[in-house]
Amino acid sequence: MSSSLLFGLAMLAYILASAAYLAGLIFKNPKAGLAGCCLGWGGVALHLLATLLRWQESHQAGMGHVPLTNMYESLVFFALCVALIALVLEYRVKIRTLGAFAMPLAAVAMAYASFADRIDSSIKPLIPALQSNWLTAHVVTCFIGYGAFTVAAALGLMYLLKKRAATPQGSGALLPDLTVLDDLIHKSIIFGFLWLSAGIISGAVWANEAWGTYWSWDPKETWSIITWFFYALILHARFTRGWNGSLLASLSLVGLGVVLFTYFGVNFFLSGLHSYGAS
Amino acid sequence: MNDLRKNPLFALFASVQLALVLLTLLGSTAIIGTIVPQNADPALYVHRYGPAWAHFFQLLDIDDMYNSWWFLGLLTLFCLNLVVCSADRLPATLRFLRRDHLAITQDQLASLPLQREQVLLHSPEEEVARLRQRLRKLGWHPQERARDDGVLLFAEKMPWARLGVYVVHLSILVILAGALLGSSGFARRVLHLPGFAYKGFVMLPEGESTDQVRALRGNWLVDLGFSLRLDRFDMALYDNGMPKNYRSLVTILDQGKPVRQAALEVNRPLKYRGVTFYQASYQPYPDYLISLRKLPDKISSAGRIAPATEYMWPEAGIRYGIVNREGRGEITQKVKLWLYDGQGEPSLLWLDTNRETRIDRPAGQFAVTIKPRYASGLQVAKDPGVGLVYAGCLLMLAGLAVAFFCAHRRIFLLVQPEGEDVRLLLAGEAHKNQTAFAATFAQLADELAQTDSQP
Repeated sequence: MSSSLLFGLAMLAYILASAAYLAGLIFKNPKAGLAGCCLGWGGVALHLLATLLRWQESHQAGMGHVPLTNMYESLVFFALCVALIALVLEYRVKIRTLGAFAMPLAAVAMAYASFADRIDSSIKPLIPALQSNWLTAHVVTCFIGYGAFTVAAALGLMYLLKKRAATPQGSGALLPDLTVLDDLIHKSIIFGFLWLSAGIISGAVWANEAWGTYWSWDPKETWSIITWFFYALILHARFTRGWNGSLLASLSLVGLGVVLFTYFGVNFFLSGLHSYGAS
Repeated sequence: MNDLRKNPLFALFASVQLALVLLTLLGSTAIIGTIVPQNADPALYVHRYGPAWAHFFQLLDIDDMYNSWWFLGLLTLFCLNLVVCSADRLPATLRFLRRDHLAITQDQLASLPLQREQVLLHSPEEEVARLRQRLRKLGWHPQERARDDGVLLFAEKMPWARLGVYVVHLSILVILAGALLGSSGFARRVLHLPGFAYKGFVMLPEGESTDQVRALRGNWLVDLGFSLRLDRFDMALYDNGMPKNYRSLVTILDQGKPVRQAALEVNRPLKYRGVTFYQASYQPYPDYLISLRKLPDKISSAGRIAPATEYMWPEAGIRYGIVNREGRGEITQKVKLWLYDGQGEPSLLWLDTNRETRIDRPAGQFAVTIKPRYASGLQVAKDPGVGLVYAGCLLMLAGLAVAFFCAHRRIFLLVQPEGEDVRLLLAGEAHKNQTAFAATFAQLADELAQTDSQP
């Protein structure tokens, strides 16, 4: 049993879960939604197991580092965060349709990590700069934040679809009420904002430990603060200008665009400290 | 304060609208510096963007935009906005928290979002005692007052949650104050104390010491006030040639006396008298450090040697030298040593660097260790603001957690005799996340209604 096989199985579980969730939504079949939920949790369990196994494999290869160090590992962890946050939220607010929007994103992240040519899935040793406990804190906090913003965008899409659905019996029938969705988008953004803040802070502390500069306006740092400004803007505008409803839903989708640029765009288009995407 | 409020400038800085505009401006202009290279050679801008754009960039300090007058100006406006906006709202919040909640009017009570009415069975005195006891059991600690309209009980949870947002705003100011305090530009131009805060760099060869480092901004020499000696630099590679570890063994000499020895590694800096040293880079030197032992005589020698040069160790009666090297790039992994004790054929052999090799000669056995000589590149920082920045960061996380996840919840219980009956009016409010509190409120109302389950 190797970790790559388990990651493959987790990906398969996410794909099947996405299919089941979507079937449940389109054919208004709650049983298919339940199947999607079970498959999703199964995928998360396999995913966690695979992560632990990959960790152990790196120790066996004499490198011994947490599997959060390159583009492959970060994408896979991103998928885990999205799936887990969506499933927990689904469980807590009893909405069986969120998976139809969030699970495909987790599946796509897994598939991209596994099949894209530019992404190397082998376990590589760590260069000295990455040998720090702050690495784990920094990556975990950032990706929980990214995951929450992704779930917020999925909820935003649900909001816009629900609003479009002309009749209450239409395809959006199983989707939750607009007010519930609006509240959940707001809460997901709040949750993501706290973790993004923690991610930026842990990164700054780490940079200070490694180079003696906690902030150097590196493109990744700058884009992370741009993301932070963006969501701070949404939160304040909701509070004072009443930006909610369709506007908030659309902004949550734009926010995902900013997050994805911070995550991939900086690595692929700009140069800087966080060059893990280039390899 | 009221006069101030009429001042349009004050009103502008007290508005959240300005914050929205400033956040948008800061976020969108910050993009420029991620696209246009920062602090590059002026020729690069001319080459890449043409002379007209290069001139424009120079005008607006685009080549160092995060330190430009307009970007720092935006940040200053942002701080001012934060201060005025918070100062404008904080007194009202504090007044609200300190006010006599038991003096609430019937109308105010009726306007609270959560309401429940029920009829009680026993006398007002008995019911108040029961409600008081029950509330305490449920974790609410009520105050009460006999009023004209009945007995009012009031209880609240987490009143401080209303201050979370102010803590977050304060934390941003604390972080920026820390950044200012640790900024080398501020130390040089405003405090006129260049040694107060700086970033520097030194490339220190093995065996040498320095009491000065070169500042990265302004290109001047900083006096450390003590000296740093590099005793040894080591590096380790993985099997695939990637760097595994860089390590500098250093000694700090204060007034000529060694006071501290430490091993510097990446992510393991050394701090002494407010100055922190970071392992940053290295540079191979063309010469070598050799240590020799003649085993039968128990004598030894060590020194620095250049390649392709013959050296003598008269006590041991030998001559030696390095005649060739082999390695990966600039890193020497093997050297070819020539060693002769004047008897028979000279020894000529490849030996691994950093490892002791024994050579048998007619004059006896020799143990040789050869290490390539390096200079270690150390980043040097003196940042007296870092503690403030970290404190601000902690404050921000705590403030965000409170502002997002804690709510000030208030409940009022008015016990009113009404003819033969005793009526209970239960009203409540949470300052945010009303839906979550509505469920708690309903549960609370149900529990308070269970008069018979009383022990």
